[in-house]
Amino acid sequence: MAYLELDRVAKQFGAQTVVDDFSLSVGKGEFISFLGPSGCGKTTTLQMIAGFLDPTRGAIRLEGKDLTAIHPAKRGLGIVFQSYALFPHMTAAENVAFGLEMRGVPRAERSERVRAALAMVGLAGYEDRHPRRMSGGQQQRVALARALVIKPSVLLLDEPLSNLDAKLREEMQIELRQIQRTIGTTTILVTHDQNEAMSLSDRIVVMSQGKIEQIGTPQETYEKPASAFVSQFLGKTNDFPGMIDRVVSPTQLVAGSWRAPAPAGLGGPVTVSVRPERIGFGDTGLSAKIITRIFQGNHWLFQCDSECGPAIVIRQNDGKPQPAEGEAVRLTWRPEDMSVRGGASA
Amino acid sequence: MSMAADERNARAPWALTAPALMLFVGVLLIPLAMTVMLSFHDWGQYKGIEPVFILKNWHEIATDPYYAEMFWRTFRIAILTTLLTALLGAPEAYILNRMSGRWKSFFLLVILGPLLISVVARTLGWALLFGGNNGLVNKLLMSLGAIRSPIPFMFTETGMVVALAHVMMPFMVLSVWAALQRLDPQIENAAMSLGAGPVTIIRRIIMPQIMPGVLSGAIIVFSLSASAFATPAIIGGRRLKVAATLAYDEFLNTLNWPLGAAVATLLLVALVLIVVGSNALIERRYAEVFR
Ligand SMILES: Nc1ncnc2c1ncn2[C@@H]1O[C@H](COP(=O)(O)OP(=O)(O)OP(=O)(O)O)[C@@H](O)[C@H]1O
Ligand SMILES: [Mg+2]
Repeated sequence: MAYLELDRVAKQFGAQTVVDDFSLSVGKGEFISFLGPSGCGKTTTLQMIAGFLDPTRGAIRLEGKDLTAIHPAKRGLGIVFQSYALFPHMTAAENVAFGLEMRGVPRAERSERVRAALAMVGLAGYEDRHPRRMSGGQQQRVALARALVIKPSVLLLDEPLSNLDAKLREEMQIELRQIQRTIGTTTILVTHDQNEAMSLSDRIVVMSQGKIEQIGTPQETYEKPASAFVSQFLGKTNDFPGMIDRVVSPTQLVAGSWRAPAPAGLGGPVTVSVRPERIGFGDTGLSAKIITRIFQGNHWLFQCDSECGPAIVIRQNDGKPQPAEGEAVRLTWRPEDMSVRGGASA
Repeated sequence: MSMAADERNARAPWALTAPALMLFVGVLLIPLAMTVMLSFHDWGQYKGIEPVFILKNWHEIATDPYYAEMFWRTFRIAILTTLLTALLGAPEAYILNRMSGRWKSFFLLVILGPLLISVVARTLGWALLFGGNNGLVNKLLMSLGAIRSPIPFMFTETGMVVALAHVMMPFMVLSVWAALQRLDPQIENAAMSLGAGPVTIIRRIIMPQIMPGVLSGAIIVFSLSASAFATPAIIGGRRLKVAATLAYDEFLNTLNWPLGAAVATLLLVALVLIVVGSNALIERRYAEVFR
């Protein structure tokens, strides 16, 4: 049941195609993240939904109605900008009240709703402060309150947390998620921080160079990346060249000296992708030598030189002795912990 | 040792700024002090300047209504010029700021270009267009039968205001332009997303934020117009005098230096008071926007 729908949306600036063939349907109350490297077209896509840019091709629909035909001022979306774009000459309360004023909400109701919105973002008592006298985190909350107070049909957030320091960002992530859960507003968040996307969203849209690479839940995109780009972008990963041998029976997937029963329907050369924390040291498997061993508190990070190229292994610090630098080891993992790409279907 | 170093550190700023300070004292403070002193000296047709301390010049300025009228005219012209530049310059800067890349730099050049041309040349341009029966525009309009007699421009206050506004416009545009650069580029989108139309955005969001720019531009234009010499001299001549042209005449035609010095001093003091006062007011009023 699509609430907000983007149908093959594209945007060109002159000859340059910045967003291409972007199709997505967002359910009511869903929290979606656009995740991708700088310049991949996340902001452009968001601005097309907001109406500040017109799509070159494609349609955007909200509850089945064509959104592109509606003026941005009439779309009723809540937007939080990366720079917050607060009105510096107005107090926090006046900033939040502005949208209600434009909607002709009577004064008494207006001040009640402004008070409630500021309280919701934890800024009760800051009504009369001007933005310049507030910290980055507080300004961010005012911007959120200003966007939410108009009860928007969709909340659009363009890297709202990227100007905050790491600790504050984590706090705001939790708060943002709680607020979104409580009021149930359909939300689209633009970010290039994979942790932020994973911890906040119901589904992630991974983008690269204006195209969608994968749409899926955080677990899906992390564990079953649809492309090399996705697996590289979402955290560290090991890509090993492998081969599916259909001559032997049962068919086998071989990567160096590691072997396992082959997944059905594939054949030929493939790429085996395994997350570093899913690799263990065993008696059989890929033979490798440990180059460096780094202690990181709750886990150990090993950089190895394996027969299939460089590999990273992360082991929980469970107090057991770990292999030393220079030691020869065998790397092993369960078949269900890897994802296999490529290979001709057979 | 550390005490010596401290001493040296304390002296360093003075030593480093000394050349500039000396220039400042030499070419500005000393002549200024001498002008103020001059205004208290006596002068007579045959005896020339007498270095005595009397209040004759100040008394004359305070009692003769001619000076009151002339100063009032000076400030009236400056105020009207300031209003005109603000009314035209602020929208001009806003429109300029919204233009796209190439056009923007072209029109910025068009607006700032006149700064490279002498004020005299620019004012003479107006005189050529509107100067009496021979002015180009007047001739054209009269030959077309649109007007019976030439539009009065020379020796009028209107003419002076128009020509001054033209000369001062770049200062206003630049000042508003600078204020516009400080705006968040997304601020209009933010207001739009909250449901504001274009008029509301300009009135409620843009105007309050560029007001400090308009006001500081106004201070510049006002003080430059009130003390302007070339334009009033060309348009007003000897018939319609303002403070600056009057002081000039006293110095170079009547040769009554002390009286000219008194006029110049009064103009300076009045301007400093007005500028400092309004600046303080503006800063207090717009503390939130400036910080
Ligand atoms: N008005 C414009 N004219 C021309 N090109 C543009 C314009 N706006 C954006 N682009 C280009 O479109 C591409 C995508 O820009 P966009 O702002 O959507 O990236 P982004 O994914 O939001 O990146 P970031 O994470 O850095 O914000 C960039 O290559 C940018 O140079
Ligand atoms: Mg962006």
